Amino acid sequence: MTTAEAVAIAMLLDWYEQMAVIRGTEKAAHDLFLRGLVKGTTHLAAGHEAVAVGASAALRPDDYVFATYRGHHHAIARGASPESCLAELMQKSTGLCGAKGGSMHLTRADHGMLGSYAIVGAHLPMANGAAWSAKLRGTTQVAVAFFGDGATNIGAFHEALNLAAVWKLPVVFVCENNKYMEYTPIEAVTSVPNPAADRAAANGMPGVLVDGNDVVAVQHTMSDAVERARSGDGPTVVEALTYRHFGHSRTDPATYRPADEVEAWLARDPLIVARQLLLEIGATQADVDAADARAKAVVDAASQAAQAAPPADPATAFTDVWADGGAAWRT
Amino acid sequence: MADLTTYRDAVSEGLARELRRDPTVVLLGEDIGAAGGVFKTTAGLFEEFGAERVWDTPISEQAIVGAAMGAAMTGMRPVAEIMFSDFFACCWDYLANEIPKARYMTGGQVTVPLVVRTANGGGLGFGAQHSQSVENWALTVPGLKIAAPSTPADVVGLMASAVRSDDPVVFFEHKGLFASKGEAAPPGHVVPLGEARVAREGADVTVVALAATVPLALAAADELAGEGIDIEVVDLRCLIPLDMATVLRSLEKTSRLIVVEENPYQGGWGATVASVVADEGFEMLDAPVRRLAGENVPLPFADALEREVIPTVAKLVEAVRRLASY
Ligand SMILES: Cc1ncc(C[n+]2csc(CCOP(=O)(O)OP(=O)(O)O)c2C)c(N)n1
Ligand SMILES: [Mg+2]
Repeated sequence: MTTAEAVAIAMLLDWYEQMAVIRGTEKAAHDLFLRGLVKGTTHLAAGHEAVAVGASAALRPDDYVFATYRGHHHAIARGASPESCLAELMQKSTGLCGAKGGSMHLTRADHGMLGSYAIVGAHLPMANGAAWSAKLRGTTQVAVAFFGDGATNIGAFHEALNLAAVWKLPVVFVCENNKYMEYTPIEAVTSVPNPAADRAAANGMPGVLVDGNDVVAVQHTMSDAVERARSGDGPTVVEALTYRHFGHSRTDPATYRPADEVEAWLARDPLIVARQLLLEIGATQADVDAADARAKAVVDAASQAAQAAPPADPATAFTDVWADGGAAWRT
Repeated sequence: MADLTTYRDAVSEGLARELRRDPTVVLLGEDIGAAGGVFKTTAGLFEEFGAERVWDTPISEQAIVGAAMGAAMTGMRPVAEIMFSDFFACCWDYLANEIPKARYMTGGQVTVPLVVRTANGGGLGFGAQHSQSVENWALTVPGLKIAAPSTPADVVGLMASAVRSDDPVVFFEHKGLFASKGEAAPPGHVVPLGEARVAREGADVTVVALAATVPLALAAADELAGEGIDIEVVDLRCLIPLDMATVLRSLEKTSRLIVVEENPYQGGWGATVASVVADEGFEMLDAPVRRLAGENVPLPFADALEREVIPTVAKLVEAVRRLASY
């Protein structure tokens, strides 16, 4: 084995392990939800792991990422610990956002993960703003907005693409096209076959389709788009085709999806795809098993620790409205 | 005699001072660059600071305010202009759901130091979709600071505080005041957010006013003084933080209070003031708390109809007379 081959194996193993950690965390979140330990709602990203890990691998630590309510994978890919994410879902004081955000708002700002937003499409203009700011401050940072197929039909998406092109912003718009909004197939309500990529040309930027279940393909495509942004050539739309393994949210059984469709996509699980590739390029089954075991250990420990953590302190309801840390609204 | 300036020029002066002081301040909005803004409130800024500081945008209210938010989260102090406050409805998501909540729902991880400026209010015959006073829209959302100056000096002083604030500030510039004149702000003038000003001292009735209803109240004061009714006018200057201490202090003196607000009675900011007074000032009151507000109809176009709907000097004089003799 050459050094280059060894490096490639190590890199892919690392990505695989990151994906396995995300998958394990999502399964843990689902189990905890079924046990009544997670309240409210969750939108699990199991199935979308390759988009987050592949994209993250194409970014610098100081780049900016904006995600949606289906954003656990992006938080973890940008360095949020599974423990802090699960603790947030379980309303614990050790939660990533101090239990003030919840599943839909995971944020790790000190790693450039500037939030998860639950109003469809709202964060695309924000990503523009972060990219504009990078340009104004003379850095070479890039901003990435991840969003669903459903977001391509909201006004903010179209406003954001146009402004990004006009101002030539260092931003990448990444659509995670999982074929469905909540319960409606995206094709039933969209004027073009590729809801994100087909809209790029109308806004004067490239639109690229990529296999969102192939972490290597995502990393390649994102590297090109990020490089283009970083070198001042403007924005790109990347449409990653993927599929969610759970329903839309909570315990949605997703019976609106045809069985053969589900089966075909599960066979192309991003973890299976990466595993096959690993074995093809010379990793051993033992390497893969060891990565799986490490991921499982991380997730098990995270779940235990999150369950054991103290609940959020009610007094914190009155902190951090304002920058002075407080909530005073009058004299 | 101090220098006089217009409220309109005070807006560009206030912005220019902050642009000069802090290189992270940038402006964005529709027609604000070479055109100087549709109300000429950014006149001269593009010439002085250039295209890197003063950015013309497409007609994309969500993209404007959303970009301001993203820039504010990453080290800039953007000042976004929404041409007419009525258009807040087109980017309300950012003002209601995103900007005021980002800090809180991330457990304090992000800070959003931005200003959204807008031309607000009626009296110019712009009809139902370009004349509303919508400070009360912003008042419904915890997490926004709200400034609404009534004088040129306050425009400059509050702009300084708004731009320097680490919290998001919605800054209402009243269209009906753009041509009005007042003393120019001295160099380095800063008015803290959340400090009301007693615009006229008086002993008989407290009139709580904001933005264009401040000069309206002062005009009513002159008329009422002739009848021996001495009103105290409190200019709130900000709705959040709300300076109730100044209002209650004034009430202690006068025992009678009326709020004069341009927005419709339903859901108006005066209701919040009145409810605090009812809670905490009840024992000081010698008469019911009154609210002179807009009527609960859309704003009509014709002057004669608009006068029916929004507060006027005559309506305030009449309301104060009744309150004084209660
Ligand atoms: C503006 C807005 N409209 C509707 C909703 C309710 N909603 C939440 S998720 C969702 C589906 C979004 O689908 P998509 O963009 O494809 O993302 P996915 O959930 O598939 O990741 C809808 C309609 C919302 N949160 N925001
Ligand atoms: Mg979808």
